[in-house]
Amino acid sequence: MEFPDDLRYTKEHEWLRLEGNDGVVGITDFAQDALGDVVFVELPAVGATLAPGQVFGVVESNKTVSDLFAPVGGRVIGVNQVLRDEPEHVNADPYGAGWMIRLAVARRDEVDALLDAAGYRAHIAREQAK
Amino acid sequence: MLDEPLIFERGSPGRVGWPLPAAAGEGVAELPAELRREDGLAGMPEVSELEALRHFLRLSQWNYSAATTLYPLGSCTMKYNPVVNEGLARLPGFAALHPLVPETLAQGALELLAALEAALAAVSGLDAVCLQPAAGAHGELLGMLLVRAYHVDRGDARRRVLIPSSAHGTNPASATLCGYAVTEVPVDARGLLTARAVAAAMDESVAALMITNPNTLGLFEREIEGITAAVHARGGVVYLDGANLNAIMGIAKPADMGVDVMQFNLHKTFSTPHGGGGPGAGPVAVRAPFADYLPVPRLVRRDGALAWTEDAPKSVGRLRAFYGNFGILVRAHAYLARLGGPGLAEATRLAVLNANYLRARLRGTYHLPYETPSLHECVFSDRNLQDYDVHTLDVAKRLLDYGFYAPTIYFPLVVKGALMIEPTETETKETLDQFADAMLAIAEEARRDPARVREAPHSTRLARLDETRAARRPVLRWRPGRPSNAGESA
Amino acid sequence: MSGYSPHTAQDIAAMLAAIGVGSIDDLFAHVPAKLRARAAIALPAGLSEPELLRDVGALAARNAGASGPAVFLGAGAYPHWIPAVVDQILLRSEFATAYTPYQPEVSQGTLQATFEFQTLAALLLGLEVANASMYDGASATAEAVLMARRLLPGRRVIWLARALHPHYRATVATYLRGLGDVEVREVPFAADGRTDLSALRAGLGPDTLCLVLGYPNVFGVVEDVAPFADAVRAVGALTITATAEPLALALVRSPGASGADIAVAEGQSFGLPVSYGGPGVGLFATRERFVRSLPGRLVGETTDAHGRRGYVLTLATREQHIRRERATSNICTNQALCALAVTVYLSLLGRHGLASLALANYRAAHLAAARLEAAAVALRFPAPFFNEFVVRAPAAASAWEALARDGVVAGFPLGRWYPELEGNLLLCVTETHPAEQVDRLVDALATPVPAARAAGG
Repeated sequence: MEFPDDLRYTKEHEWLRLEGNDGVVGITDFAQDALGDVVFVELPAVGATLAPGQVFGVVESNKTVSDLFAPVGGRVIGVNQVLRDEPEHVNADPYGAGWMIRLAVARRDEVDALLDAAGYRAHIAREQAK
Repeated sequence: MLDEPLIFERGSPGRVGWPLPAAAGEGVAELPAELRREDGLAGMPEVSELEALRHFLRLSQWNYSAATTLYPLGSCTMKYNPVVNEGLARLPGFAALHPLVPETLAQGALELLAALEAALAAVSGLDAVCLQPAAGAHGELLGMLLVRAYHVDRGDARRRVLIPSSAHGTNPASATLCGYAVTEVPVDARGLLTARAVAAAMDESVAALMITNPNTLGLFEREIEGITAAVHARGGVVYLDGANLNAIMGIAKPADMGVDVMQFNLHKTFSTPHGGGGPGAGPVAVRAPFADYLPVPRLVRRDGALAWTEDAPKSVGRLRAFYGNFGILVRAHAYLARLGGPGLAEATRLAVLNANYLRARLRGTYHLPYETPSLHECVFSDRNLQDYDVHTLDVAKRLLDYGFYAPTIYFPLVVKGALMIEPTETETKETLDQFADAMLAIAEEARRDPARVREAPHSTRLARLDETRAARRPVLRWRPGRPSNAGESA
Repeated sequence: MSGYSPHTAQDIAAMLAAIGVGSIDDLFAHVPAKLRARAAIALPAGLSEPELLRDVGALAARNAGASGPAVFLGAGAYPHWIPAVVDQILLRSEFATAYTPYQPEVSQGTLQATFEFQTLAALLLGLEVANASMYDGASATAEAVLMARRLLPGRRVIWLARALHPHYRATVATYLRGLGDVEVREVPFAADGRTDLSALRAGLGPDTLCLVLGYPNVFGVVEDVAPFADAVRAVGALTITATAEPLALALVRSPGASGADIAVAEGQSFGLPVSYGGPGVGLFATRERFVRSLPGRLVGETTDAHGRRGYVLTLATREQHIRRERATSNICTNQALCALAVTVYLSLLGRHGLASLALANYRAAHLAAARLEAAAVALRFPAPFFNEFVVRAPAAASAWEALARDGVVAGFPLGRWYPELEGNLLLCVTETHPAEQVDRLVDALATPVPAARAAGG
């Protein structure tokens, strides 16, 4: 299972890639594997303002529904419309074609407070031990 | 087994399967043009009577059913559906009776309903019964409305409902429909609720505790009296989801356990057929203080005759048109009359015997998450098969090859990979042994040849179906011009 | 052995030995003794099958069933002939005793029949997608309002036509009880029996959530839905139609073609007996783009591992067993076998049979109305109607129960539901009413009723 080193992670299994002042957000390989085949993704409208930790959408698989949590605060400046008709990208390419939203990041220190790849791996190991 | 396309793919333009003589009254003026249907019902079937009969008969042959095989679905109580009840529900005196005839012309139907209300009151030990709800979930909705009305009437509108983490999904959904926020109460290591956990969660903002007893793990909540006392101590209401009533008839009465409001599932405990997903019925029984809030109309006896009354100012209103799923109520009444009090108690004893027999035969091979005694259903998990990468879903599918319907899977959520087995009292020991043998054979196969289990079913009409595709690219109806790949159809 | 359990003493002994307990009582030892001591059920011993047939048969015989009075009642439950094939299929245990089709490989009968039902419901209602059924027309109407609420959060005013069946209106009100953020208002009907469009227009605004119209309405009147739908759409709200007599839809413009966003119907007319009001079945259809807010089960088409076409329950993540408190509805068991009856019925009648039957009903009702008018029993409302209509008959209305005892149930006395319509009768005439029965109806209504009877009832 992959956790690229250039990304930051949340405990709720979202990832964030910083591109200048933009944060691109999706769910991790661990999350897509746990969900199973993703059948639907509900995403916010462009222009919405999110607080850190706020629910910004929902990802559905055949057997379950999961909320999506904003890793940091910011304004939604891009939404991956392709996922509306092709949600399978979330499973096939969670860090690439499966990206979900692009945020104009409000505060850089919130990004720095996220887990790095090693921290996220450790978090998963702890969860699975339970 | 014969193949068969969609009914829309059969037939030929102009065919009618059930012709009637031409209507008299050619002189009657037509509807104004702007009100008339313009599409000539294009797309509706045009088949002969035999084509229609053959179509649905072939479809029926593709179903497993409780009448044709064991259906060990936990929490569903798939007991025998007595065929005599089908004839009774169809008696013209019931079937052709319009709900709005004057009550003087419906006294037989009303007596049947009154008798059913009394029987359900006797089974529950509660005081008043409403037969209106069309299903268990409908009864739960009514239960939550009654809870709300009760508190509002006391000037004390509360906002939360407590629900155990093992509860059936309809419980939180019903609570939310009434505007309540749901708070989960965790079950302990034995799979049980404790009075302490409930008391800790209970305060004056909690309207009710929704509980199932035995719970969805098939375990009797032995602290039930302490639990209900803890709820009552803070002014809350105890709601019982009666889905598992088959486990406690003659063993523990809901009223004695401290229950205030409950729903029954007539299509579970009381043998009415499941129909592929209904119709069922979910009557509700309540303790006296809640009777004022029950729906209208109510059945009352005046001068020796039964009648409907809408005179109930505190009623929550109605949940549906007319009085209830009357045809289902007839079947339940017949079942109750046939079994009587002693018969119901015996049904419970033998249901619990059957479930415990399966538990004894399967434990050791399948992982039993709770040592706590089971009542009418037992819950296993797939933990012992994990080394072979075989999961609960695979076991369920492989059972289909053995001619059994699968147990309930992945419920309750508190057990990972749950397999919930409820045989009911109407199955023979031989059937239970065949089922247990099949389960043991599958566990052995998981070790020897796991791929065979993972790719099951092999001998059913269709192999595993692509549920992902169905959800990603929903096709929810037939449209003309879509290709049929149903195969050879004579 | 009693009831339907098969256990012999030997069976029980062998099973107890395998479990490792001495008696069945031991299996309940962990249940508190205090509860066990009081648990006996106070019901008499059970009956044999012959006794059951005798007792329940006697109850059935005490009702006005197939033989007996001429019954001209509709008002939400409609007497129609049922083709013999329908019951043959409903009696197939493979359909009647199957469970909800969660294991699709062995439930293709139920699933394909349900897919066919969804198609038929969508076709009839003139909309793109329909669900696998709801409990009945009234609860389907309530669920439609809840769905509108999900689609347009923030809007609060729900307009219900006064001419919508009172059971349907009451059910909507009950479902809304727990939700504080909405307000129900009533649109009156006009002198012609149709809902008053100008009264509605005066009340529409940016806070309007939806309008619900009976179609036909409770008086049998065929509303002109399109202008209502236009007005409602203009304020960004949703139009819902509720059809208690779906046979009308074979003759009248479909709700979808008239601009409805959600259309529901009671399906009892299609292959189900009136059966003292239940079980029925709710049809529920809407536009494709609203599908994720649809309550109830949905069956979708797919393929199996070998590419063969099959059907499965789908979009289940809307439902209670997954979404739990965020579900679109709490519905679990619905009315699957009743939906099957509808599917078989509509397949038998089909395109041409249904249109003929609807025309036969329309004509039968209009001929009866003409005969009544000729006998000086006047139609109350001039608007177009299907197979139900309202007549002014104050004497007959107050002698309604006496007339029933004498062999004619002269419709329904509307004063019980609409005080302003006291003295009026709601009459339903279908293909099941032979000329001889209509004669008796005309006699009953046209003949002046002696005063003593009218008073005493």
